[in-house]
Amino acid sequence: MKIASIFLTLALLAGGFGFAADANKIVVDGSTTVGPIAKAFAEFYMKQNPGVNITVSESGSGNGAKSLVNKSCQVASMSRLLKLNEYEAAVHSEILPVAHVVALDGIAMIVHPGNPVSKLTMAQVKDIYLGKIKNWNQIGGPNTAIVIISRDTNSGTYETFEGKVMKGEKIAKNCEYVGSNGAIRQRVQSTPAALGYVGIGFLDNTVKALPIDGVNPTPETVKNGSYPIARPLYMVTDDYPKMGSHLYRYINLYLTVKGQAIIEEIGFIPVTSY
Amino acid sequence: MSDAASRLRRLAAFFSKGLLFLATALSLVAVLLIILYIARDAIPFFKLRGLKELFASASWFPSGHPPEFGALAIFIGSGLVTLGAIVVAVPLGVAAAIALSDILPYRLRQAVKPVIEILAALPSVAYGFFALVIFAPLLQNRGGSLLALAAWLIALPLGLLLIFVITEIVTRRVREDVAQAARLILAATLVVILVRGLLALSSLLGRVAISSGTNALNVSIILGIMALPTIVSVAEDSLQAAGRELREGSYALGATRAETLFKVVIPAAGSGIIAAVILGVMRAIGETMVVWMASGNAAQIPSPWFNFLSPVRTLTATIAGDMGEADQVLGSERYHVLFALALCLLLTSFIANLASEWILRRQQRRLGGLK
Repeated sequence: MKIASIFLTLALLAGGFGFAADANKIVVDGSTTVGPIAKAFAEFYMKQNPGVNITVSESGSGNGAKSLVNKSCQVASMSRLLKLNEYEAAVHSEILPVAHVVALDGIAMIVHPGNPVSKLTMAQVKDIYLGKIKNWNQIGGPNTAIVIISRDTNSGTYETFEGKVMKGEKIAKNCEYVGSNGAIRQRVQSTPAALGYVGIGFLDNTVKALPIDGVNPTPETVKNGSYPIARPLYMVTDDYPKMGSHLYRYINLYLTVKGQAIIEEIGFIPVTSY
Repeated sequence: MSDAASRLRRLAAFFSKGLLFLATALSLVAVLLIILYIARDAIPFFKLRGLKELFASASWFPSGHPPEFGALAIFIGSGLVTLGAIVVAVPLGVAAAIALSDILPYRLRQAVKPVIEILAALPSVAYGFFALVIFAPLLQNRGGSLLALAAWLIALPLGLLLIFVITEIVTRRVREDVAQAARLILAATLVVILVRGLLALSSLLGRVAISSGTNALNVSIILGIMALPTIVSVAEDSLQAAGRELREGSYALGATRAETLFKVVIPAAGSGIIAAVILGVMRAIGETMVVWMASGNAAQIPSPWFNFLSPVRTLTATIAGDMGEADQVLGSERYHVLFALALCLLLTSFIANLASEWILRRQQRRLGGLK
């Protein structure tokens, strides 16, 4: 009896391992910005194809690239392109990264809804995050110290902000770091003196987005290039997926009318307009 | 017993002893291997960047061009929140343990002890979520009044106790018929001074504006609450283990309850209480989720160093937060520095454990075999 139960357990385990390796399972990992798109696509696709299992995790663009190189995911969702050394690592592990641009995004500077400041310039944002402007009253607000919040360094949103706004200069030491877009929004909506940045898809009426250099962060300004802090959002696969496979149909959802409706619903900008 | 039977019995004994030895060896080997692998991946960082930068510089910019790995602010951040957790948890925990084992009714102890032990099993991410979503905005919106309330709650009972003791000591030499009146007058004056002092302090504290609720104070309080069940549980167990005979012997010799408690029971359970405190402190040092979510993660040295209202960054949160960006092939300094920080954490707990062993052994020697 005991030997029989041991055999049964081993058989079940072996079956479980076999199940994990088939083509009906897609693992997506990476950016917290692209995460909502990947999740919405996954829900839509799994409803249409009940035999498929798609899991989405959001541990940061850097983590996503790492998982793709380590072959522990099939799709890396990233809000920035792979860096040169990530490409090198991928080639070294015989992975051919192919980046699909699934949507466009802008990074909005947000403040608490009760903050009277109504606009910022790129130079002001940079000086605030450098620590040169320390108090809201230096830019037309109340006499309170500015609480600057940034994403942690494994985030693609952070990389875009560092590249386009800070231009590589170091952020001030008293800047607070949080782990996701949602966390920045939560901090800013509960802290009157806070300034943070989130992807446009995370804007809602609990925070106030400020125009930068006179341009509001909206889908139109991102598409026509007038909003200065904008970027494409990627899903990266190993080589182009086999045509007709589940991975191929999942990745190309952004080209369908329904996929673009989903992207717009979440708050991002579709790449094309049907 | 026949020859075959006794041989079989000896063989069975040999195998079972071997199995138990294997189990013990496996756990030991696992711990040693962890230390070995962490050290193996930490050494390259010191070879690449030397010892000085990590411990002496406070500029932490691992993704900068060029990158800087000065972790002094992070070490100070870890030390600060641990200190705060100790201040919150140790007095409360030890006092609660003493109260549960010797002062409160037995039925209360039977009811409360299991609840405290369940509290120790609450997941740390739940504490972190509470700290970020509820406690941080509370500190921001009502920080001043919270601090004032805390000052009243702590200082009033302690102050009243102190006044009582002072009046007793001062009026000891006074004549019996005047003593009562003298005590009352002295007590009244001191209470008035205490209340006025507290009112002034609380109005001062009430004006403090906390601009960011994710700071060292937030994390210290939550870490203290997390360490509390561990300290209470282990300390209370060791106080109980001192035994009824010890207490009854002390009463039999004419000691009061206070004398028995402070001069007999607590010294007897001393080693266990110290072990409990060190366990609680270890929990606070190694906690990751709470500090990553609610400490602000700003790699700066607070000015002045004891300013608990400023956001800090700890070793554990740095390792958790930077893990995604640091891949073995991609950024080798960035990868190895995380192992260097982990090695420092390991060494700290190692030293703390050695210290507690040393204290325990000294205690046992001094008490001469009482435990």
